Amino acid sequence: MVSIWRYLLAGLGLAALLVGILAVVYLTAPRSAQPAGPDVSRTKKSENGLYMASFVPERGVVRQGELESWLLTLKTKTGASVERAAIAISGGMPQHNHGLPTSPQVTDYLGEGRYRIEGLKFTMSGWWQLRFAISSGAGSDTVLFNVVL
Amino acid sequence: MKRLFCFLALMVAVILVGCGKPDFSDAEKKTIASLALSRLPPLKPDTTNRFADVPAAAALGSTLFFDLGMSRDGTVSCSTCHKIDRQFQDDLPQAVGVGHTNRRTMPLAGVARDPWFFWDGRRDSLWAQALTPLENPLEQAGNRAAYAHYIKARFGERYERIFGPLPDFSGMPLNASPLGTDAEKAAWNAMSGAQRDGINGVFANLGKAIAAFERSIEPAPTRFDRFALDLVAGAEPKGDAVFSKEEILGLKLFIGKANCVTCHDGPRFTDNSFHNTGVPPVAGLPPDRGRIDAVAQVEADPFNCFGAYRDGDASACGELRFMVKDAPQLVRAYKTPSLRGAATRPPYMHAGQFSSLDEVVAHYAKAAPSVEGTSEVHPLELSDRERGALVAFLKTLAE
Repeated sequence: MVSIWRYLLAGLGLAALLVGILAVVYLTAPRSAQPAGPDVSRTKKSENGLYMASFVPERGVVRQGELESWLLTLKTKTGASVERAAIAISGGMPQHNHGLPTSPQVTDYLGEGRYRIEGLKFTMSGWWQLRFAISSGAGSDTVLFNVVL
Repeated sequence: MKRLFCFLALMVAVILVGCGKPDFSDAEKKTIASLALSRLPPLKPDTTNRFADVPAAAALGSTLFFDLGMSRDGTVSCSTCHKIDRQFQDDLPQAVGVGHTNRRTMPLAGVARDPWFFWDGRRDSLWAQALTPLENPLEQAGNRAAYAHYIKARFGERYERIFGPLPDFSGMPLNASPLGTDAEKAAWNAMSGAQRDGINGVFANLGKAIAAFERSIEPAPTRFDRFALDLVAGAEPKGDAVFSKEEILGLKLFIGKANCVTCHDGPRFTDNSFHNTGVPPVAGLPPDRGRIDAVAQVEADPFNCFGAYRDGDASACGELRFMVKDAPQLVRAYKTPSLRGAATRPPYMHAGQFSSLDEVVAHYAKAAPSVEGTSEVHPLELSDRERGALVAFLKTLAE
């Protein structure tokens, strides 16, 4: 009788050890979702603080693999709309050694500091960067937006 | 005591059963669902080709697709390389028409959904693509004036019922093209602007008819799609929808550690973009720089979206309008091919560089640098078991 209890105790001990090992493996395994991704806020101050920029998809949602238009809204530090800004767009995927798959351009000024950017296309899932070099009466500055799909 | 044993045995059984079941995280399930064929949206209309969905145009296009008369010497048709019983490709490392080309024939399932055509995207519509082999001296090797005369003689009535009256061919040379032999170029240059426009119009319509036919070639559901449907619905996969442990491992690697899904995404397993993945050149073939050299070609094509032969308005020309024209990433960049059916159509890559999927997986794991430009691929540690699993998963896309 005693020996059966011993076997049982040993069995339980081994089971506990197994559970422990599995727990360690499970808890330390890399997760598919990146725990600390890049800053994906849609409203940002430009690098030297000259502009407050916001960058949103015109239709509200991002659709992977489709040509899309987005709106870039530019305000000065004091909150005034930025008119007639020259905007150059660049970007890419920092983890894949490549730039943007299209050449997005400003195609329209919609008033109140809003610029329509056409020709954006996010062909892959992952981390994208879009950099806007902005030049206006308020000065030249750049702002970087991260988009994660 | 017995009860305790029973309980322990039950626990062990539960653990064992749990291990045998496909276990995917919610994020993995979401990715798997995004790859299923059921997620393929309906084919969009092609406003640049007003005959794209006209049945009579598709019927004429199918006749032309299989017609050996659509070549200089009457020996080559579209179907010579795009074989109907072989996923519309030819199993050769490089296509052979009238001559030996430098590129692998692409299969056609879902081709009407592509924004760019050929491995390097040197055409921007399916109908403009269809015209290109017709005049390539290594493919069908004809010339547009000869095609126009041929259509009038052979299919004149059918043509006119769809596209309206053919132009007046009196005084038109039998052979002429801006891309042909010196004699054909001279004949082309001697024609009036109206005559050239007449020939170009007929030629463009041939492309539009062939494109209308090709729009019907779509991918078919595979074992993977049946598996994905059951997984997402939470149903128990049955019959051939059951994946082996190896196939499940391969799927997990495909959407996880091996990063295949980064470019091979969506229901067609392609991002429709161009990438340098360090695929080596083939000795003996002419220099091939991929996308970087295709930019000027698509811009110069009179049948591109900005050209006079487009139907509809220029709002359909976004891809051409916002095309990347000059960037280091275009050097030796080639289109991401769809992986549907790939397992049963070796060899692989733009010039048939690899003869098996094992070689393809080995290439991506090694991530050798590109001979020119920069490869986007990073080296990957994959065990033999993992490589085999990736190949096993790819086979589920061809069953």
